[in-house]
Amino acid sequence: MKRVISRPDAPFPIGEAVPRRDGIDKVTGAGRFTVDLGMPGLAHARLLRSPYPHARIRSIDTAAARRHPGVVTVVTADDLPDVHLEYGHAVADHPMIATGKVRFAGEPVVAVVAEDPVTAEEALRLISVDYEPLPFTTSAQASLADDAPVIHEQPGEQRAHRGFSEDIERTHPNVCSHSKQAWGDIDDAFARADLVLDGEYRYPRSYAYAMEPYNAIARWGEGELTVWTSGQHPYMVREDLAHCFDLPLSAVRVIVPYVGGGYGSKSYTKVEPLTAALALRAGRPVRLVLTIDESILTTRGDAATVRLRSAFDREGHLLGRQATILLDTGGYAENSPLVGRKAANRLGGPYRIPALEVTCSVVYTNTNPASSFRGFGAPQVTLAGESQMDEAAERLGIDPVELRRRNVLLPGERPWANARGIDADLLADLDLASEALDWGSPLPPGRGRAICLSASDAGSEPMSSSIVRVHHDGSVTVTCGSTEMGQGSSTVLAQMAAGEMGVPLEHVHLLQSDTAAVSYDRSTGASRTTTLMGLAIQAAAQDARAQLVQWAQENLAPDGPTVVEEHDGVRIGDAHHDWGAVVRSFFGGSAGEVVGRGYIRRHGATAEMPPFWEIGCVGVEVSVDESTGVIRVEKLVTVGDVGCAINPQLVEGQDIGAAMMGLGMATREELIYEDGNLMNGNLFDYRVPRTTDLPELVPIIAERGDGVGLYGAKGGGEGSLNPVAAAIANAVSRASGIRLREAPFTPERVWRAIQERDGATPPA
Amino acid sequence: MHDTVDVALDVNGTPRTLSIEPRETLAEVLRERLALTGTKVSCDAQVCGACTVLVDGLAVSACTYLAVDADGRAVWTVEGLATDRELAPIQQAFIDHAGFQCGFCTPGMLMAATALLAEDPSPTREAVIHGMEGNLCRCTGYAHIVDAVLAASGTHREGEPQA
Repeated sequence: MKRVISRPDAPFPIGEAVPRRDGIDKVTGAGRFTVDLGMPGLAHARLLRSPYPHARIRSIDTAAARRHPGVVTVVTADDLPDVHLEYGHAVADHPMIATGKVRFAGEPVVAVVAEDPVTAEEALRLISVDYEPLPFTTSAQASLADDAPVIHEQPGEQRAHRGFSEDIERTHPNVCSHSKQAWGDIDDAFARADLVLDGEYRYPRSYAYAMEPYNAIARWGEGELTVWTSGQHPYMVREDLAHCFDLPLSAVRVIVPYVGGGYGSKSYTKVEPLTAALALRAGRPVRLVLTIDESILTTRGDAATVRLRSAFDREGHLLGRQATILLDTGGYAENSPLVGRKAANRLGGPYRIPALEVTCSVVYTNTNPASSFRGFGAPQVTLAGESQMDEAAERLGIDPVELRRRNVLLPGERPWANARGIDADLLADLDLASEALDWGSPLPPGRGRAICLSASDAGSEPMSSSIVRVHHDGSVTVTCGSTEMGQGSSTVLAQMAAGEMGVPLEHVHLLQSDTAAVSYDRSTGASRTTTLMGLAIQAAAQDARAQLVQWAQENLAPDGPTVVEEHDGVRIGDAHHDWGAVVRSFFGGSAGEVVGRGYIRRHGATAEMPPFWEIGCVGVEVSVDESTGVIRVEKLVTVGDVGCAINPQLVEGQDIGAAMMGLGMATREELIYEDGNLMNGNLFDYRVPRTTDLPELVPIIAERGDGVGLYGAKGGGEGSLNPVAAAIANAVSRASGIRLREAPFTPERVWRAIQERDGATPPA
Repeated sequence: MHDTVDVALDVNGTPRTLSIEPRETLAEVLRERLALTGTKVSCDAQVCGACTVLVDGLAVSACTYLAVDADGRAVWTVEGLATDRELAPIQQAFIDHAGFQCGFCTPGMLMAATALLAEDPSPTREAVIHGMEGNLCRCTGYAHIVDAVLAASGTHREGEPQA
């Protein structure tokens, strides 16, 4: 592991590669995921899904299923008149179970609850649904045709909320939302240009493959609903459940145990409302566990078509960028309107661009719904933006790293007028990547290198809170609404609490993601937890410490001398008192505790948006087998520009994991539709990276203390994914002289491009 | 009710006699009848390796292995790796090298690695990469997993290239 450190010193164990605190749980099998939970009286649900991509439901006959022995209840939308069926993060357009029509093949139409999952599955086969198939569309382009079938007929049913109503502009009935980012005089920029590049780039429908499928358990009590779920954002899910069932927020408890992979795909609400509705009808707790094949149908990443024009002067300075982005959100909006906003913000990249004009349309199609997925629009638009940086370098005869050096935003420079200035040193990052990749040294034929960058307005909203309780033995309990989904939040948040309270790490325990027991956090996503929840924990620790110092003065030294605050307690004269002694002195007995509160909002250091910029800096060396079209990433360099690595081993794991995920999407991964049906919706046919895809890795961590978080920390974990596809495309261009503009770069696509380069006409 | 058959399994060294339905997979029997939920099911199609357990020492995918076929055989799961409250070397190595993140693939990884190291106690890095190809992990990007398996075998050298 290479760390480059120029940040303030941090108190132990902050900055240390301490072992993960979920280690024993996860290597012994003792740790419990939602799929591992059980309870008395639990019934099991299975779903009947539409075979049609677009159809009206004429009638549903469930009589035989209801009579099947072992069936508890059978539920269609008609059985839920007392439930608000529509949910959705940005636009509440998604019924938890089909209402009158289906909008993608695989949409849930009927649910069966039975004593066991096999009985539920048997009963599904006894249900008959009479569908009236409708014309359908499976691409954003086709959805925008004048005579395209209308997927959501009644815009009125679609309740945009959470600030998204301004994005809803139906220029076509199938347009879900519009986003725009613009500054400068775009016409002047292109009029002054020495070089204008114009290209269309495509990024596929992708699948996150969190290995634990979507699943939840719901149980109703006295006017209370408790839901256990494999979800990233317990508080967001709580809000949607409260709306669906007309409950106050306090009556909904959402508990998230260990999450078996998220990567954004378990952001927001998924199967929880339907599970709760089934439990309501069943009158007993219900579990709904999807298969992985069903999980693929539930959420995917947005496919993108990016038409990008870039204007350069002859020295390689960017003068302007103009882009039109089409995102295919499938049958429902989910969180794609926010992906659209982010795609528009992230298209420019970490560059000084005098004029920019980006419009992004999120378009409905009759395919599985798209939503958040690691990178959040950045991988899609970075393929376009970073490809054109290399295309320009080649056309202008400038080294591509040098071209980037001439354009990158310097520390503190604002990408646009009211955005936070760049909190990173991109020139230094480029130097690290160049050195690791041996940039400029000769390569054998068939090999190429590239270095690409990205910058994401990350961190979501600064809306987090934490409680730090210091007990009478000096040990500490931290509660927060951030989820442990593998990223290591249970470890780094405890490290920060231990460092800030001056107590041993083994004396800190964390309670996470139980909305009845922990304080509010907006979400676990956008790489925000280490930075924003870290700040909330620091604030709570400071609040606890301030109270403890005051208690010590009032109770241990009421008549002076002045209490001196130390890292792990207080000093009065020559005597050191640890925190536990101060707590005991306040309560006048042998027990008690202090409660410290920390709130992070749009205020002070976190007033400016985004809370931080998440940097991607990735270098690759690839080989191209021109006879087969197989490309292989031989070497992969990541620069994790994270400000302060609270736990460098975990940062390294995030960077490698993100880059390997990016490698999968760049080379292999794509959900393919034919005739309205998903053709590869399973792990046989949707191939994710394996051990044998491992390149030589050079993970580098840059810690310059330039983030808003503790000791200059800022988020990581998405950055090293975002530029990977562009880096591979650019390296292949240098290896083989072909320009790949459509990911994934499958052997067939590469081979065809090589045939075209050589003037051959490949077979259709 | 469905017909059942009696099977005798030796699970992590403990004899178990169970009446099960012939259709039940080994993963279902372990997770639902024996509450050994360490074994995970993900792809449910013998692709991902999350459900890997050992049957008479051989790594199998419990999601597609019928429990009746394990009748009379010895089954080892992740719960059987640690002994006397002490972690097995492969478990400790996964902690030391952060060979997991979300942990959902980890039980299968550990069992596959156990089978690999039983067959080849001193594998090369290439042998580990090929031996573990049938186990998917979406979090780690595999590098730390390969490091952990090599460390458990005693063939990992600090500072060597990661792949």
